[in-house]
Amino acid sequence: MISGRGHTPFAPRPLAAAGGTDTAAAKPQPAPPSSGADIFNKTAGRDLLLLGLAAIAGFVLLMAVLAWASEATGGASNDALDPVTGTVTVALSTEPPQLDSTRATDMVSGQVLGHTMEGLLRYDQFNRIVPGVAERWEIDSERAVFHLRADARWSEGSPVTAHDFAFAWRTALDPATASEYAFILYSIKNARAANIGELPLDAVGIRIPDDRTLVVELERPTAYFDKLMAFPTFFPIKESFYQATDGRYGADAEELLYNGPFAITRWVHGASLRMERNPHYWDQDRIRIQAIDHAYITSDINAVINLYKDGKIAMAGLSAETLEDALDRRWNLHRFVDGSVFYIGLNHRPERVTSNLNLRKAMQLVTDSAELVYKVIKLPGNLPGESLFPVWLKGVNGYFRQEYPAPRPVIDIDRAREHLARAKEELGYDEMPPLIFLTGDNPASNKQSEYFQEVYKSRLGLEVKIDRQIFKQRLAKMTAGDYDMVLAGWGPDYADPLTFGDLFASWNQNNRGRYANPVLDEWVAVAQSSLDPEERMQAFAAIQRILHDDVVILMNYERGSVYVRDPRLQGVVRRAVGTDPDFTNAWIEG
Amino acid sequence: MLRYTVKRLIQGVITVWFIATATFLAMHSIPGDPLTSDKAVSEEIRKNLEAKYGLDKPLGEQYVIYLANMLQGDFGISFSQENRSVNDIIREHFPVSATLGILAIAFAGLGGILFGALTALYRNRLPDIAIMFLVILGISVPSFVFAALGQLALVNLNDLFGTSVLPVAGWGTVLHMVAPSLVLGLGTMAFLTRLMRSSMLEIVNSDYVRTANSKGLPPTRIFLKHQLRNAILPVITVLGPSIAAITTGGFVVELVFAIPGLGRYFVEAVQQSDYTVIMGTTVFYGAFLVFMVIVVDLLYGLVDPRVRLE
Repeated sequence: MISGRGHTPFAPRPLAAAGGTDTAAAKPQPAPPSSGADIFNKTAGRDLLLLGLAAIAGFVLLMAVLAWASEATGGASNDALDPVTGTVTVALSTEPPQLDSTRATDMVSGQVLGHTMEGLLRYDQFNRIVPGVAERWEIDSERAVFHLRADARWSEGSPVTAHDFAFAWRTALDPATASEYAFILYSIKNARAANIGELPLDAVGIRIPDDRTLVVELERPTAYFDKLMAFPTFFPIKESFYQATDGRYGADAEELLYNGPFAITRWVHGASLRMERNPHYWDQDRIRIQAIDHAYITSDINAVINLYKDGKIAMAGLSAETLEDALDRRWNLHRFVDGSVFYIGLNHRPERVTSNLNLRKAMQLVTDSAELVYKVIKLPGNLPGESLFPVWLKGVNGYFRQEYPAPRPVIDIDRAREHLARAKEELGYDEMPPLIFLTGDNPASNKQSEYFQEVYKSRLGLEVKIDRQIFKQRLAKMTAGDYDMVLAGWGPDYADPLTFGDLFASWNQNNRGRYANPVLDEWVAVAQSSLDPEERMQAFAAIQRILHDDVVILMNYERGSVYVRDPRLQGVVRRAVGTDPDFTNAWIEG
Repeated sequence: MLRYTVKRLIQGVITVWFIATATFLAMHSIPGDPLTSDKAVSEEIRKNLEAKYGLDKPLGEQYVIYLANMLQGDFGISFSQENRSVNDIIREHFPVSATLGILAIAFAGLGGILFGALTALYRNRLPDIAIMFLVILGISVPSFVFAALGQLALVNLNDLFGTSVLPVAGWGTVLHMVAPSLVLGLGTMAFLTRLMRSSMLEIVNSDYVRTANSKGLPPTRIFLKHQLRNAILPVITVLGPSIAAITTGGFVVELVFAIPGLGRYFVEAVQQSDYTVIMGTTVFYGAFLVFMVIVVDLLYGLVDPRVRLE
């Protein structure tokens, strides 16, 4: 009876009816013409409001406590460009998985290493090979000699010596390191034998006459050896530091020693990575910004665009979906070819129908890469694929593709049907069995594979069954040969046509369709060991011709990228081979 | 109570062991392994790698080694980030996901109870209709859409004020937490609102509320002590599974808002066949969720004395 809160106990009230919305009035009201339900609602509503306010207060308090507790994970929220401190803020697509240069394999690690380390040689902003740690060098058919500059320093002040290179290269070749990129060192004498454990590491052809001279004996003449020197596997590592990290070299900012223009000063895994100018770097005049702050790590392309719109990052890549928005905002678009080439790989194993040349010819005659690029992918920057050798590769004097143009693609449905009829005859089919088309499981792959399914159905009457697989599973099926066609691509390791040219040699592990042609193998051998540029380019031209005439693959496109950049940020280099994007030559205007 | 708790904990351990075994088998049965890479490695290099990670041993032996290491609290080294142990990854990234999850749950729970009570109170009137419309929207729209829209809204908000009101993405300060935790909790809040509403309406018609009314208890007291407390029970029941949904569903939100949480590692590990991270995160999340369900069940006994825990 006693409410304990001072309510008047005996207020007149109607009996509660079903529904419960009408019930007692709490206080004798100044009698407005309102029903009991309203009064209840007002009182309970007020209670609810108080509860709500308490809830919000509690929520904010909880947030503050958690923020205080998790302070260590802090990220920056600076503006995209800070001209005063010389800081450029950008986003990384993923956390760099491996900053131990002997074991790094991916683009993001390559991008970070390209800013924090320097090899004997490097690519400049015009993609020419220029001196790095080595001030001069001589390469002939048997050996390469590098003369190291005296003022190259590690970030703790000690000089970079020939030992540091020899140690890094031997570590990469050590079977215990299990480096995936060890093969790139195989042009050094005995490197392969040491890597497979047939010879000791001492037998590798590296000699150090003195601290500033490195002599490399070559396994065979290697015309592109200078270009390899800019590749991360060839970067130096200081042995004493490496040993002191006790197997954690490259795991954290403090577990790395830097000899490049920048050094990592703060690395919060998964959240941010900040690089600041390395005061011990020898070529200070070249560097104009003070810090590169990767304040965000996300692969979500929309999130990156939103950060750019919000003025938090200075550069952002665009997709077909975000392109329209960028055009509406009248942003200045930049584009570049990122170096990779995409194609439909065909399975040449004899038990597969795609081993039949007439079937492959029929498919080639209806595969229109221009239609794919302009009507399906629709992202500016991509080029219709005509050759495995992309347009940016250098030839003897100019560009390879200008000196040795690719065979022109022909679309001819009638001829294609003739080839198909012959293929059916040779294979003994009245109706071709469905082709298994292995693709990735992402929107871009879906769009392209469905387009091709329609193309082969409508133009040739071929059934195509799409087999969607996530990345590793797709690779496993490719290696096992469990497909007829596959959406595939290839990116370059170094700026020489051989990085593409040996892909379909019968001995190449990456030749997952098992194409085997002794004539092509011979041309690859010429390109590998000849030192005469003319002869090598003719070999690549012959390979280009074979790939087309024998329909080893069906070309799709050369990938281009479109991106937006804060107009005040100048001098950023985008490139097909090497560090990309490269901020070492960048500056902030205004 | 103690016996009940011990019994539940033993059941929990068996559940976690079952999760570990099932994940181990499923993981090894899909084509491809962590050593499959874009650029094919030669037979020799592959052998080096297999020996290094112990993948050259028979599957049964790998399983025994794995279980033994796990019992000692060692989940091994990540395949895709070879310098980091799975223990490090969990230690560094779970607190972030947990922070986000706690905030989202708090938001969802408080919001759901308040809005649920509100809609029941104003049944079939404007506040009810408006809120229930939003609830249906909240339940049917997936979180990645909310995440993308929420972020876009922030961009426009900052644009409107000409200054950074709330950060668009990133992690580290209180302000960074607001948008992602609201987005993450939204779906659960909508669900809880609906649950709370129906449970409130059911209770409003019950005998004890009518009794309370007829004996003249003040409405505030009826509302707080009789209606709200009883109506909240079903909400607590679903809170356990909701925690599961929120902690594991954080992946998209973490990606969109560039948050260094464990959810990203959990999902990306599967795509990369990163065996040790798959096992580590699955077993860890499994153990965590089993534990949370036990806690919720114990809590239930505290809130509702009618429930005897035996």
